[in-house]
Amino acid sequence: MGYVLTQSGFSELVKSLESQYRIFAPVLKKGAGRHLDTDVVLYDFVKSAEEIELEHKSDYAFKEALLPMSETLFFFTEQQTKEADLDERPVLVFLRSCDLHALKRLDDIYLRNGKEIDPFYKRRRDLLHFVLIGCPHAFENCFCVDMGSNLTKDGYVFSIDSAEEGEDTVYRFEVPDASFNTFFEGAGGTKADVQHTYVTETKTRVRVPEEVPQAVMKDALWDEYTQRCIGCGRCNFVCPTCTCFTMQDVYYTDNGRVGERRRVEASCMVDGFTNVAGGGQYRKTKGERMRFKVLHKISDHKKRFGENMCVGCGRCDDVCPEYISYSHIINKVYDASEKVLQAKNAEGGEENE
Amino acid sequence: MGELDINVVKLKKNAFRVSKVRGETASRIRIPGGVIDAKSMQKIVEIAEKYGTGTIDITNRQGIEIPGIKLEDVDKVNAEVQSVIDALHINQTERGKGFPSSGTRNIEACPGKRLCPFGNYDTTAMAQRIEQMVFPNDRHVKIACTGCSNDCAKVRFADFGIIGMTEPQYNPDRCVTCEQCVNYCKKRSVGALSVVNGKIVRDTDKCIGCGVCVHYCPTRAWTRSKEHYFRLVLLGRTGKKNPRLAEDFIKWCDEESIMKIIHNAYAYIEEYIDPNAVEHKEHIGYIVDRTGFEKFKEYILKDVTLGPKAEVAKTMYWGGKHYDQYGG
Repeated sequence: MGYVLTQSGFSELVKSLESQYRIFAPVLKKGAGRHLDTDVVLYDFVKSAEEIELEHKSDYAFKEALLPMSETLFFFTEQQTKEADLDERPVLVFLRSCDLHALKRLDDIYLRNGKEIDPFYKRRRDLLHFVLIGCPHAFENCFCVDMGSNLTKDGYVFSIDSAEEGEDTVYRFEVPDASFNTFFEGAGGTKADVQHTYVTETKTRVRVPEEVPQAVMKDALWDEYTQRCIGCGRCNFVCPTCTCFTMQDVYYTDNGRVGERRRVEASCMVDGFTNVAGGGQYRKTKGERMRFKVLHKISDHKKRFGENMCVGCGRCDDVCPEYISYSHIINKVYDASEKVLQAKNAEGGEENE
Repeated sequence: MGELDINVVKLKKNAFRVSKVRGETASRIRIPGGVIDAKSMQKIVEIAEKYGTGTIDITNRQGIEIPGIKLEDVDKVNAEVQSVIDALHINQTERGKGFPSSGTRNIEACPGKRLCPFGNYDTTAMAQRIEQMVFPNDRHVKIACTGCSNDCAKVRFADFGIIGMTEPQYNPDRCVTCEQCVNYCKKRSVGALSVVNGKIVRDTDKCIGCGVCVHYCPTRAWTRSKEHYFRLVLLGRTGKKNPRLAEDFIKWCDEESIMKIIHNAYAYIEEYIDPNAVEHKEHIGYIVDRTGFEKFKEYILKDVTLGPKAEVAKTMYWGGKHYDQYGG
């Protein structure tokens, strides 16, 4: 079941949705890139259809809906604390299939990781509904197919695909959640049988090892990243599945008895992440940090939650200022793992003889 | 050799050098902004092979000099160089007659935002715009554009040096206090940033608008201002008497004001140039040395309306060596 809308119909749709939902979508920010006259696509709340960027892959991920870069959790003064206010209107998040898969990883960490759930995550999470942006083709550096995140069967209220047809842009919506039908009817939608588009092949391919032997941690493959990586953490900040944060307790300068607790996103690549009391630092070199990050994405998370953390969106490769390719690292890890396993098998074989 | 009867003043004005080798000259091609199309470059190669020695000099001000041209071939070279003049959009008084003037030097530019990750404006486009406004002109003026405070174009050796700036815009909601901006500002720039209560504070007096913070921010907490700003530095020079670096005149200046200031400066030169100067040539800096800076300032700021952020130097002092006063 679905609907087809014209450009103006889409504008109407967003307008009516906006009256009941806050809409969090990728937005192309003109001139906000690193270099002069370069743009960046990041998530923001929008009021109109025109603001929503449907064509390009977003440079930063939707996760900011749940984990803002910087979030005040609560305020404190003397014996009292007060939780920071949160807009309690429901939110519609526009995202692609890889990101919807990433949501599950975020939930793993904040809702299913031990006895406690994270209440600040949960209160935001409960407000979210998802709109799936179709992918008629893969972008540069995408490898969702190999990570199994190209397909999405549920978890979205409707999907959106736009296509140029002659002079016009036509919007197609697959609407599994019938409660949204009224919005489409109201916007003058034509009923149609719509399936969202999805990617079936990507140019970038990865071979993910079933198991990464312990010996690979000591492999020389990590050493080059000590030289090449500058530890800026962009790969983490754009990643839809990076969940690390750090806390800041801030005391207002003109009254030291009043302040707030903030949670800010953290990066395992940036200096200071593994600093401990007494001046210790667990992962000093960039190579060690790269190893930790990569193995968390393609091995460690899986051991605990059954699925790899990485969803293959390729944003880390898009953003790296040093042209370090994470997908290449996955393949290097695969080769190194194979080598170790083969050596082990050969040894085992000899023993058996 | 008695055959040659050359008006050397006209020859020089026509952008030909009087060579040390008798009977020879060199054709000087100005390339505003330092960018030339490959086809024109090919034409220059052709001229060098046909009329010169098959060598090409790259000049210090991003121009080209084709040496070893016979003085009797000047007209032919002028005819051949027309396609290059057209391609580079050089103002001309008469087609087919080569460059009409050589006094105001080629307008220099670093690659700026066309190529450089740190470029804060399109230096080439601005150099070309200035060229359109000032050329041809016989007055000896040097103008240079550089994309950021690194000053790769060495504009502090020019009479008018234009340094690109951006006013960093800070969004505390996107800041995670990774402190890379603070560290890079300290190491690569002036150390204008510090952390106060988990957020970044920019010392606006210290900030030079280089954009290093924007460049290194991994979360887009720092972005560039929509407005392009410039630092205008004045009257740097090399030379025998008093070589010196250009000094700051306006910080956070806008492009239109810079255009007007340069335009006004030519009127000032006409008014105050020494009528007895050798070869009618007196560098603008030496004229200002005679009239005093106040007179110069009054002229160049005529009809200039600066933006609200512009900071103008109240008075200016130049340093450098004074060989003319104290000897070498």
